Amino acid sequence: MSDKVEAQLRVKDMPFGFHAKPGSTMDFKTGDWRSARPILDREKCVYCGFCYIYCPDGVYQDQGPEEKYYKADLDYCKGCGVCANECPKKCIKMELEEV
Amino acid sequence: MRAADVPYEKVTAKTFPKGPDSLASGHRACQGCGEVLALRLLLKSLGTDFIAVSATGCMEVCTSTFPQSSWRMPWLHVAFENAAAVASGVESAVNILRKKGKGPDKRIPVVAVAGDGGTADIGLQALSGALERHHRDFIYVCLDNEAYMNTGIQRSSATPFGANTTTSPVGSHSQGQNTWKKNMPAIAAAHGVPYVATASPAFHLDLMNKIRRAAAIEGPAYLHVYAPCPTGWRMKPELAVECSRLVVNSRIFPLYEVLDGHYVLNRKIDNPIPVTDYLKQQGRFRHLKPEDIEKIQARVNQEYENLVKLSEAFPV
Amino acid sequence: MANKPIGIEVSLAVAEAVKLCDTDVVAAYPITPQTHIVEHLSELVADGTLNAAYIPVESEHSAMSACIGSSAAGARTFTATSSQGLALMNEMIYIAPTLRTPIVLLVANRALSAPINIWNDHSDIMSVRDAGWIALFAENGQEALDLTIMSFRIGEHPEVRLPVSLNIDGFTLSHFIEPILIPEKAQVDAFLPPNQAEIKLDISKPLSIGLLGTPENFTEIKKATDDLLVNSKKHIVSVFGEFEKSFGRKYNLVETYRHEDAEIIILTMGSISETAMTAVDEMREAGQKVGLVRLRLWRPFPTEELRAALAKAKAVAVIDRHLVMGAPYGPVCLEIKSILYDSPQPPKVFNFILGLGGRDVRRADFKTTVERVKSAKDSQSSFEILGVLE
Repeated sequence: MSDKVEAQLRVKDMPFGFHAKPGSTMDFKTGDWRSARPILDREKCVYCGFCYIYCPDGVYQDQGPEEKYYKADLDYCKGCGVCANECPKKCIKMELEEV
Repeated sequence: MRAADVPYEKVTAKTFPKGPDSLASGHRACQGCGEVLALRLLLKSLGTDFIAVSATGCMEVCTSTFPQSSWRMPWLHVAFENAAAVASGVESAVNILRKKGKGPDKRIPVVAVAGDGGTADIGLQALSGALERHHRDFIYVCLDNEAYMNTGIQRSSATPFGANTTTSPVGSHSQGQNTWKKNMPAIAAAHGVPYVATASPAFHLDLMNKIRRAAAIEGPAYLHVYAPCPTGWRMKPELAVECSRLVVNSRIFPLYEVLDGHYVLNRKIDNPIPVTDYLKQQGRFRHLKPEDIEKIQARVNQEYENLVKLSEAFPV
Repeated sequence: MANKPIGIEVSLAVAEAVKLCDTDVVAAYPITPQTHIVEHLSELVADGTLNAAYIPVESEHSAMSACIGSSAAGARTFTATSSQGLALMNEMIYIAPTLRTPIVLLVANRALSAPINIWNDHSDIMSVRDAGWIALFAENGQEALDLTIMSFRIGEHPEVRLPVSLNIDGFTLSHFIEPILIPEKAQVDAFLPPNQAEIKLDISKPLSIGLLGTPENFTEIKKATDDLLVNSKKHIVSVFGEFEKSFGRKYNLVETYRHEDAEIIILTMGSISETAMTAVDEMREAGQKVGLVRLRLWRPFPTEELRAALAKAKAVAVIDRHLVMGAPYGPVCLEIKSILYDSPQPPKVFNFILGLGGRDVRRADFKTTVERVKSAKDSQSSFEILGVLE
């Protein structure tokens, strides 16, 4: 998942002041840190957005007024469980990843 | 104009910014990091038309491993103790270049972000200098996780009484941290800056509006933000937001603003939960005896009362 | 200002040069003997003559921090310090080059404590010699002004973009009133292009600067910075050449004086070189084949130029203004010895520590060094703190 990280750069290819492009950690997938994943019960979901608001890793994406729910991008979800804990309808469950 | 009267565009549940986060995913903060959550919400509130300056610390290290960065606005990290001084230089440069017609013709907030060690300890001098110099577009955010977490949970002057850290360990002669938390917002307010506020990520709209207000007001602003650290506090990672709520509802971390020296208690807690309900979730307080908790409760009551008195004596 | 020299304190002339360069930001903290420079700059800002932001920071650490922030935001940035101030800046000094912030730092050289001492030597700048800054030493007031202007052009050169420290001896140069030709603004404008930072803190093109370097990249990032510093030498030479075309005053990385047929060469840096020249003249009159070599560029070290300048000498007396505790020689001598080691017939190198903490350096001192070199026995140490009372 994280093969792009810490790629060695040659001296001649070093960017000016070793700067980085904005938001480029999107290439670093932290999903493999996870030991449990959030499972959403869409029947109970009221589209309140607390999972989206409170996710420390910004993994929830708004699926729009038609779909009316937020979807976790598992490429980045570290499995902390804040979303499940904060969900007012208790419609997110943390399910252990199979090893 | 009085700081209290400066208009700003409020974030509400309906106007919550839905675009991409200003702090990209793929950062390496720990699972359930409340500090990175607070940072994500603060940055999201401002968009990307500002410049961020980081002090060395968790938030800097976990977002900026070369050749990648999570920051979507111009961002600069120089060192640990000098975020306020670096931001002073950026702010002065941006404003003189604008005055000379060599930069964009609009206000560009410069937001310095540091932890409690980088603010209350090693960075206090640089912060004091920057607040005193009254930089117009300067916002300083202290993300307070109450110890040196990046180096492995050592105590700082912002560590609360009784907390077990690696340099305030519990032992036969010690009950953990034996001093009271340094009152940074009061120190910032003593500089006579137009805006000082406290915030907690559980109260996300309050948090997001405070940085917008800070950006709208001319003159330096200081935000002291509660930033739970499940790793360092030995707490379950899913509790980061819950404890951010309990800390306010127990009166341990009151939400308030100081506008030109006038105090506003944003959330009056008339029926506080006992401090023990907050403390018991965190392993760092597990060793505390009932008499220690009583001592903490008495101190919390006193400090909250002082704040109420200030808000009554110096209302907006 | 007229095209003839005026009598002006060197510190003030430096400040006037900073003004002529349209500097955007000055962040500085008072310390003797640098203060006259920043006092004058704050006056120039206060009376509107210089359209700049003056940041009266609360320490030198914050001065350099603010300078890095300012320079990273694309502003032409200047500061000045001395001694303890430079020591307090030390941490930031090491960061500025790798972040590519072309700050100009004037150091009015002063001894480092303890004992506390406000007078001149080179111990302050030597404590940051490895940091990656271009380092120049001025001999006199005209040079201090000219090199201030050139420092901006060198540092801001698109293929350099590195910070520059310009060293002037505290008091013995900084506080002297000298006849100095102050150029016309139009001349400086024609010589010094605007600071064009392609990579900077810019909301229209956001970038992240100052990242964490892991073991996978750290060596390459440091090597890239060292390459820039080493390669800056050719750009410094070209800026010196451009300066001569514009202003008619010629500068070299290494200056020589009566050295062509010299058997013994005295090697100096900074304002004592003028005294050394007089001593050389007097020794020449007495029939001694003595010459002078003066380093103007300290970093990057002008190895080839120095090897050429010292090629024909039988002996070199290297004068150091700093005692490297626990080391066999002073800082300049350590470099000279190392670059001459591979020469087929290297001159004998002697090292004399002179003028620490403001102790006078007189013509007689240079004559003494030459006498020591002449009478040296093989068994004798080639290192001496001249005039120390043992």
